[in-house]
Amino acid sequence: MNRIEQTFQALKKDDTKAFVPYIMAGDGGLDCLEERLVLLEKFGAAAVEVGVPFSDPVADGPTIQQAGIRALNNGTTLKGIVGKIAEIRKSVKIPIILMTYLNPIYAYGITKFVQDIQKAGVDGCIIPDMPVEEEEIIEPELTEAGVELIRLVTLTTPLERIKQIAAKGDGFLYTVTVKGITGTRNEFDGNLNAYLKAVKEVSPIPVLAGFGISTQEQMLDITKYCDGVVVGSKIVNLLAENKLEEMENLMSVFKQKTNMA
Amino acid sequence: MTAYTLPNETGRFGKFGGRFVPETLMKAITELADAYEMAKQDPTFHSQIQALSKDYVGRETPLYFAENLTKYAGGAKIYLKREDLNHTGAHKINNAIGQALLAVRMGKKKIVAETGAGQHGVATATVCALLNLDCIIFMGEEDIKRQELNVFRMELLGAKVVSVTSGSSTLKDAVNEALRYWVANVEDTHYLLGSVSGPHPFPMIVRDFQSVIGKETKDQFLDRNHSLPDAVVACIGGGSNAMGMFYPFIDDEEVELHGVEAAGRGIDTPFHAASLTKGKPGVLHGALMYLLQNEDGQIQEAHSVSAGLDYPGVGPEHSYLKEIGRANYHSITDQEALDAFQLLSKLEGIIPALESSHAVAYCLKLAAQLGSEKNIVVCLSGRGDKDVDAVRARLKGGNQ
Ligand SMILES: Cc1ncc(COP(=O)(O)O)c(C=O)c1O
Repeated sequence: MNRIEQTFQALKKDDTKAFVPYIMAGDGGLDCLEERLVLLEKFGAAAVEVGVPFSDPVADGPTIQQAGIRALNNGTTLKGIVGKIAEIRKSVKIPIILMTYLNPIYAYGITKFVQDIQKAGVDGCIIPDMPVEEEEIIEPELTEAGVELIRLVTLTTPLERIKQIAAKGDGFLYTVTVKGITGTRNEFDGNLNAYLKAVKEVSPIPVLAGFGISTQEQMLDITKYCDGVVVGSKIVNLLAENKLEEMENLMSVFKQKTNMA
Repeated sequence: MTAYTLPNETGRFGKFGGRFVPETLMKAITELADAYEMAKQDPTFHSQIQALSKDYVGRETPLYFAENLTKYAGGAKIYLKREDLNHTGAHKINNAIGQALLAVRMGKKKIVAETGAGQHGVATATVCALLNLDCIIFMGEEDIKRQELNVFRMELLGAKVVSVTSGSSTLKDAVNEALRYWVANVEDTHYLLGSVSGPHPFPMIVRDFQSVIGKETKDQFLDRNHSLPDAVVACIGGGSNAMGMFYPFIDDEEVELHGVEAAGRGIDTPFHAASLTKGKPGVLHGALMYLLQNEDGQIQEAHSVSAGLDYPGVGPEHSYLKEIGRANYHSITDQEALDAFQLLSKLEGIIPALESSHAVAYCLKLAAQLGSEKNIVVCLSGRGDKDVDAVRARLKGGNQ
């Protein structure tokens, strides 16, 4: 069984919700990746999304754009990230999911990329500029290697299409909570809860919500309707500002409040 | 030979093209493709475009035999397809009108667009003024400096121009911001993409709206010479004026197709925009296409004296035509383009856009190669009024 599946089965057994932080690899230098992953695991992360910096991140808002620029200026490359994950995999038990735009993978060479991330112990991949129509380019090789392709659905995805995407059934379904790019929000679409409920109803795999989620309140509200949250810009900011206590607090309170057992 | 029918239904030209966009945009681009198929079958849509093209844009544009330039080049006869005479001064209006009418059909009242040189922004703002649509234009800070006058034009026309400061602050970054804006406003907004790039169906739609250039050229040339030209030449930024010129000739294999990219300060320096000559296939802005990128797949900045060619990618259909060898691609340096800019002004009394000057510069070389029995048509994609200030500054600076 894949580590992602195991993780969600355990969460289900404990009747609790997943907190999945997103961090930008190479922000602060690749050398702090291990320390950060270990810390996030300790603070209760169910899994972690490791972002790969890209020159043209069209799905990302200013916070993640800036983190990406800092990482690129540090000389971070996809090869370097995969190599680093291979090196530190043993010290982290939770699933590691790579989030990367397609072009760095394409330049790496798709077959070589899949081989290398499998060897490195990466559990899943999120490719935000690759809708299901285009996944043929990499999906067969990921499946063969046992690396889960995490797919996205959004507020503009028609229900019928949500069903089809969810039915492909790898890992979890990533439900985008905003009409827009990443970055913290004060408010969400009035239809969000109904939408999450609808997605949850049709999805045979766990449903995680992400994009724009930053406050404790938002997290608790949203996880009433799904299995967990992905928190990106907020975590990226807290790490960049070295506000580790605030991060620990955010994550541990979430864990307490969502634990129904 | 079987007739050319690309793209296929998934938007592929061979391996190039596709729909590499965030899921949020899938619904919008699927709807756009459907709306376009419907519009294509609707005679009213065609007559609307025709009426505006004739009465508002001033089509058809002349096919002009440039006798003085021909003498100067000392070889093949050179004809100029005068897209510079269109309302707003470039070919960009052909596409803007088509897409804006499509947006109206789809019930969308807001338009977002990117612009490099400002020509596509001006064309879009113009059509939005005409059709009473809200208009927001993203433009790189660097380009805003280079094309101040066009910024003021867009504002006069009622558009909101937003300065983009991310990345290289040029066209590629303006596309990123326009895409981000579209992702956030997709339900009531149409993205009026300005070139044959982006996700399917944009490369096809823009090509179809621009192919009036090649169709007219073919008819005009046949009328005059009872034959086809031996070669057509066009400059390439994203590739829309070139695709518009090439497309009606693709099945006429005796007609050579020549695209001209910007070599900037030279293709052996890091300062050029020659994506087909020096790039590698990759994925950006929704399509698999040739891209200037480093070995890690990070997109590199393009450089050209002409803002409209300053793009690190090139439309997927050009990527395909290069791969199958149907079209040839060349590059022209900033200096060669500046020389051609002045030459055409002096010899023919036509001040070309810096973008189009690249095509003129290459056609001089080609004319000499082909010899006096042959005929070349150059797409003069735009007029140079917008560039006069920048060229003056450069010439004063001692570049000549
Ligand atoms: C006059 C002119 N020609 C050419 C171009 C390049 O675009 P494309 O390659 O799409 O024709 C531009 C773009 O701004 C332009 O203004």
